[in-house]
Amino acid sequence: MTPAEIHERLRARFGEAVGPLSEPKVDSFAVVKGERIAEVCRFLRDEPGLEMDFCEDLTAVDWPKRNVIEVVYHLYSYRHRHGLVLKVEADRAAPAVPSVEAVWKAANWMEREVYDLFGVAFPGHPDLRRVLLPDDWPGHPLRKDWTEADEWHGIPVVRENPLVELRRLDGPKLAEWARARAAAAPPAPKAPAAPAAPKAPAAPAAPAAPATPKT
Amino acid sequence: MEKLILRKMKAGGGDMLLNFGPQHPSTHGVINFLVDTDGEVMRRAIPEVGYLHRSIEKIAEQVGYPGFMPYTDRVDYVAAMFANEGYALAVERLLKLEVPPRAQVLRAISCELCRIASHLVSVGTMATDIGAVTPLIHAIREREAVNDLIEALCGARLTYNYHRIGGVAYDLPSGWSDRVLRFLDHFDSLIQEWDRLITFNEIYVKRLAGVAVIPREMAVGYGLVGPNLRGSGVDWDLRRDVPYGAYRDFKFDVPVGTGYRGKVGDAFDRYYVRVLEMKESSRIVRQALEKVPGGEFMAKVSRKIKPEAGEAIGRVESARGEMAYYVVSDGTEKPWRVRARTGSFLAMGIIEDVSPGLMVADLVALIASLDVVAPEIDR
Repeated sequence: MTPAEIHERLRARFGEAVGPLSEPKVDSFAVVKGERIAEVCRFLRDEPGLEMDFCEDLTAVDWPKRNVIEVVYHLYSYRHRHGLVLKVEADRAAPAVPSVEAVWKAANWMEREVYDLFGVAFPGHPDLRRVLLPDDWPGHPLRKDWTEADEWHGIPVVRENPLVELRRLDGPKLAEWARARAAAAPPAPKAPAAPAAPKAPAAPAAPAAPATPKT
Repeated sequence: MEKLILRKMKAGGGDMLLNFGPQHPSTHGVINFLVDTDGEVMRRAIPEVGYLHRSIEKIAEQVGYPGFMPYTDRVDYVAAMFANEGYALAVERLLKLEVPPRAQVLRAISCELCRIASHLVSVGTMATDIGAVTPLIHAIREREAVNDLIEALCGARLTYNYHRIGGVAYDLPSGWSDRVLRFLDHFDSLIQEWDRLITFNEIYVKRLAGVAVIPREMAVGYGLVGPNLRGSGVDWDLRRDVPYGAYRDFKFDVPVGTGYRGKVGDAFDRYYVRVLEMKESSRIVRQALEKVPGGEFMAKVSRKIKPEAGEAIGRVESARGEMAYYVVSDGTEKPWRVRARTGSFLAMGIIEDVSPGLMVADLVALIASLDVVAPEIDR
């Protein structure tokens, strides 16, 4: 069956809960009302003639301007060799989409990943923990407005660059951080120590080069 | 703060908790397994992943379409060619770009060589994990030969970065086909030697046959793909069933687990499917080398890649099964979202439910037979 035919059957069964099939910009999809998604998925899996036994992919896309996080389901049937893409739009402030773990076990880990990286809750999921990041990681990195924290448990996320001269090549953020750090640090003790050995009687009043911290 | 996974293990009994990993050689990368055992029998094993998470999907949103290609190598560095191809396919679908026939055949050749290289690691390390160290050396020796060939083709031995959006990076080097054919002649006979050396070795078979059986429905439901799925008796191969690129033109068989020595879907089936697949890859490369079409190996692609807004998925049959790249474009030069759907990640999800009742030593066989690669899990 083509996606359009599958979509027609969904519309016949669920009516307005299943949105229209999008015009094909390469892949087309249908937006489903969040609270009906588990039901729709069970129907797609069990209905003779559809039998989508393979939950190929379950992921999410963040759209801050529309204030939604789309959860995207790529479904496929090994027997009938047809597939369909479904989407559920969740509110960005408190995204929650019913879990389809009971329909496809494959959704277990994929929903955990979406929870981890997008912060979408899946009510009904038996074991909703972070999967890739540590339990206490701040925020959900694949959201568009996520910003990196400066450190995690005292571990800085940026590292002082040993190639001091090449520092400017490492992007504005690191350069800025390094400048701030250099300004805050006490004057390096090394610089005056360098001319300790020389025989020149005239004391070098000021070292020519500004102190660059070397590690 | 107590880790949630620990809390979970303790809630389910947890009389004796073993940390298996993250630095254990047979976990195939940096993965931790928390194993709850009752003597030698496991109550369950729960994988804890993420040690190699580099947020490759987030990087994609910042580097632009062509710039992301080298990063795809790092998604699965044991079989990087497929990750290249999957991403290229997805973006080509977005751009509605036709790839020249020569490039398609070069892609197939490079991918099948890469599949041989990847499966060699898989079957070799499987033997090592079970306790037979010698076969790994044989496998790695052959893998080196494949790596030499791929290096002559694209200059790299591990992270190839060979495929491009719209084609491939380099044409065939002169005299390369003959080198490949010479290698394949040697390699075909080697697989028979391999079977005599290790596959049908009595001890080896006893360690794998009937161990960690994954029935067909379970494999499908948990989203296993590739050799793991075929090992459970599902006759499905994207190259044959949803052909992409040049694969329509090749004749090859799809080996499926039939319970060669034990039950359908046991560790031996998953292992043996890979051995048989290497033969098929060799067949495909031979056919492809016979009829490499002339013409360009790269389509005309503008330097600025800027697809219209839309979304597309690109699927390839990787060495670890179906690998899908889901790319969403918002009409700018940088992808809005790139998602890599990998076989290993889903294969980890099944371990918790397969492990109860297995011996501790069989966990190693289970992990090895699923052929997971840590960077592909964590991305």
